[in-house]
Amino acid sequence: MYDLIIIGAGPAGITAGVYAARKNMDLLVVTGDIGGQAAVSGDIENYTGYQFITGPELAAKFEEHIHNYAVTVKENESVRELRKSGDKVIVVSDKETYEARSVIIASGKRSRELNVPGEKEFKNKGLTYCATCDAPLFRGKDVAVIGGGNSALDAVLQLTKIARSIYLININPALGGDAVMRQKVLGSPNAKVLNNAQTTAITGDSMVSGIRVKCDGREEVLPVQGIFVEIGLVPNSDFAKDIEKNDLGEIKINCRNETNIPGIFAAGDVTDVPEKQIIIAAGEGSKACLSAFRYLAEHRF
Amino acid sequence: MAKNVRIYSTPTCPWCIRTKQFLKDNNVVFEDVDVSGDQQAAEEMVRKSGQMGVPVLDIEGEIIVGFDKDRIKKALGI
Repeated sequence: MYDLIIIGAGPAGITAGVYAARKNMDLLVVTGDIGGQAAVSGDIENYTGYQFITGPELAAKFEEHIHNYAVTVKENESVRELRKSGDKVIVVSDKETYEARSVIIASGKRSRELNVPGEKEFKNKGLTYCATCDAPLFRGKDVAVIGGGNSALDAVLQLTKIARSIYLININPALGGDAVMRQKVLGSPNAKVLNNAQTTAITGDSMVSGIRVKCDGREEVLPVQGIFVEIGLVPNSDFAKDIEKNDLGEIKINCRNETNIPGIFAAGDVTDVPEKQIIIAAGEGSKACLSAFRYLAEHRF
Repeated sequence: MAKNVRIYSTPTCPWCIRTKQFLKDNNVVFEDVDVSGDQQAAEEMVRKSGQMGVPVLDIEGEIIVGFDKDRIKKALGI
């Protein structure tokens, strides 16, 4: 039985882990990867102490920091179930079952999926959720970006220098995001914005060859070889069935990072904390650990 | 005998950077193929892996898509 299990190893999970290690708590970290969304961020210029650092570099620093202590980090594991049984919390992953006196959920967010026919079949076969990663593979090709916020605008701007033509397929009547980026997109000669446009299917043979779009009551297939999905993020909270969440699926916490179940805490982007930032997630992780430590002390565990 | 390791990557892809760092940390000698500027290499990667996501590793003919640490370790015997 562990004192604490931390689910996730992004900025929140790692920071909680460092605090827990320094308090000599008997600790386990269960996670899919290290760094979370921070690891796939581009340039980071607002994490105090670093005027400039890339996402992968910061993730490597996080990894180095936690491995500075004798902490067991189980990578490539996905938590499937979480439940309270008496004073214990049971954590079931796709590989093992663990028990702890307290748990911090720091499982973050993932890219939202379109849920249209063809999406699963063509993932990585022309359809991608990471423009930063895969955009250079679409040199001279015709592509579509789906979305209307900053991440979609950012994907379009990365692609203007690479792709031949870009459709920006926006479900809303007008683009969101920052005005500066909107102007740049609207001024790009090889980008075309389709507002009020709904993606209904991804088509192709072995690779993507088109996208079916419903626009102004008409439905047509636009011939593209690449599709970039940039429609926001969803919290990784499905496994936390008994935990109270808001309408977005984010775990509800109070100012001490407590959930509705005693002994289960949450931190970072998976929670309803108002802003999603690397530095906020890190701070929340430390708060959650200190709350868990207090909880264990109060219950004389 | 060191294994023949080739990584298909793009300069901007965070997972490519992390995969290469992982190889360096484990003293693995590898050939880095930047597919962003080399159409022929990009096609070779798609043909080998049947998909377009980076990074792709070719370890003595075993194709690994993504930064799959467990499979990479196993393929390299580390």
